Amino acid sequence: MTAPPGIDDAARAAEQAARASYGKLVAILAMRDRDIAAAEDALGEAFLSALTAWSSRGVPANPEAWLVTAARNRLKNAARAGRVRHAGQAEIERRLTLPADDGAFPDQRLRLLFVCAHPAIDPAARTPLMLQTVLGLDAGRIARAFLAEPAAMAQRLVRAKARIRDAGLRFELPDIDDMAGRLDAVLDAIYAAFGQGWDGLDDQGGADALTGEAIWLARLVVSLLPAEPEPRGLLALMLHCDARRAARRDAGGRFVPLDRQDARLWDRDRIVEAEGLLAAAAMAGRFGRFQCEAAIQSVHAQRPITGRLNLEALRMLYDLLVAHADGIGARIGRAVVMADAGDAAAALAELDGMAGERVAKHQPWWVARSHVALLAGRPLVAAASLAKAIDLTNDIAVRHHLAERLASLRPVGTARS
Amino acid sequence: MQFMLILNETAEDFARRADPALAGDYWGGWNAFIGAMAQAGVIVKGDGLQGPHAATTLRVRDGRRQVEDGPFADSKEQLGGYFVIEVPDLDAALDWAARAPSAATASVEIRPILPMPA
Repeated sequence: MTAPPGIDDAARAAEQAARASYGKLVAILAMRDRDIAAAEDALGEAFLSALTAWSSRGVPANPEAWLVTAARNRLKNAARAGRVRHAGQAEIERRLTLPADDGAFPDQRLRLLFVCAHPAIDPAARTPLMLQTVLGLDAGRIARAFLAEPAAMAQRLVRAKARIRDAGLRFELPDIDDMAGRLDAVLDAIYAAFGQGWDGLDDQGGADALTGEAIWLARLVVSLLPAEPEPRGLLALMLHCDARRAARRDAGGRFVPLDRQDARLWDRDRIVEAEGLLAAAAMAGRFGRFQCEAAIQSVHAQRPITGRLNLEALRMLYDLLVAHADGIGARIGRAVVMADAGDAAAALAELDGMAGERVAKHQPWWVARSHVALLAGRPLVAAASLAKAIDLTNDIAVRHHLAERLASLRPVGTARS
Repeated sequence: MQFMLILNETAEDFARRADPALAGDYWGGWNAFIGAMAQAGVIVKGDGLQGPHAATTLRVRDGRRQVEDGPFADSKEQLGGYFVIEVPDLDAALDWAARAPSAATASVEIRPILPMPA
């Protein structure tokens, strides 16, 4: 009867803290000496020692405070051992010994986000850097999200962190003028985190925290820059998506595509809030990618009210999006709307005209191509594209859904081949 | 933190130094910039340099000296001077660099000074 007292409890508490607070803790630790990599290392070691300390002594009342103290001690030791390559050694030591503020940490995440968007950092590294340091995504996932090679992405991140440490970047929120210039990268990162969380919603725990974190950060940016329309646009976009969370699976856990969702399951409060944000953003009279994407979601939200999906409005919005903020997602969305509106052959040509390498491993492109090809009277192309899409799908519910669709296509396909 | 402002200039900038019609404005601009830094007390050290026409480049290969006239690389911008300044961070160094006359005609490179190994 000498089972170790709660190794499981300790592991669970540490895992929870890691999921919920990783970015916040890295931000707090890095703020002191601008060394993100050292902060991550120290935090990693603190998590490790938490596993043993918490299983023998119990989980502390404030795990975050415990972790920060442990990580700071490690940073202090590292500084003493001369491993932190810095001028002003004494200054660092002095800062490190400042009293920790009793667990009531000021939130440093937003500040670190804007530091990561500093103009002295490689533009291609800014958003990935935010995702890794502030939102705790690993390099592999970030590389997938950016359709990049994992090794190249990892190297880009290491280089950017070394630059922040060595180049002497200011670790403060920039002035309002500079902030607006860094805003795009910050909003991109918040949205990418939301997308990552959304894709993983069926995994337990962490993903849910990520979508919540993204919405929370967007709210902070809205309050920080009330005159800017795009933060409102982004928040509206995410709230529209989040409003449909309960409708995206049926009672049996199967995936339900947007056009077949039961609108009664949509969260009306979130939709109302999103519409209000979008209207407020529009007052600025400035086009923006996120406002446009939120407007597209708003059109979908009108479907249960008007009884039909307004394809003309969607087509116009996608045209705007492609014209002002061209990208794979915008082109795929536009092609699907074109096909739904009866222009399937042109839509298929548009999809097939997109650069091969970027779309070859992009699951949404294959799903869209299958849908469009079917409407264009090309069932074999549709079936082949769907099979490819299934190969590229990680989400089990979505895989099932696509497999059912493929099964319904097959008789037609075999009849013609 | 200490940063070096590496002040590059174009051939036209160097030519203005000795052109009676343009030299007044040229030196006036630099004097204003250096005066502002001095007044703020950020200068650790610094110098202007004679133009690339006065540069000599040396390499030692296989123990033998190779001496060439001119700068080490022929490029549109050449080093015209430098200042080491003491400021809190890169952003403050960038603010000073933006006030250098040559920032508008050529470029300023900003580098942190390598700290002494502990």
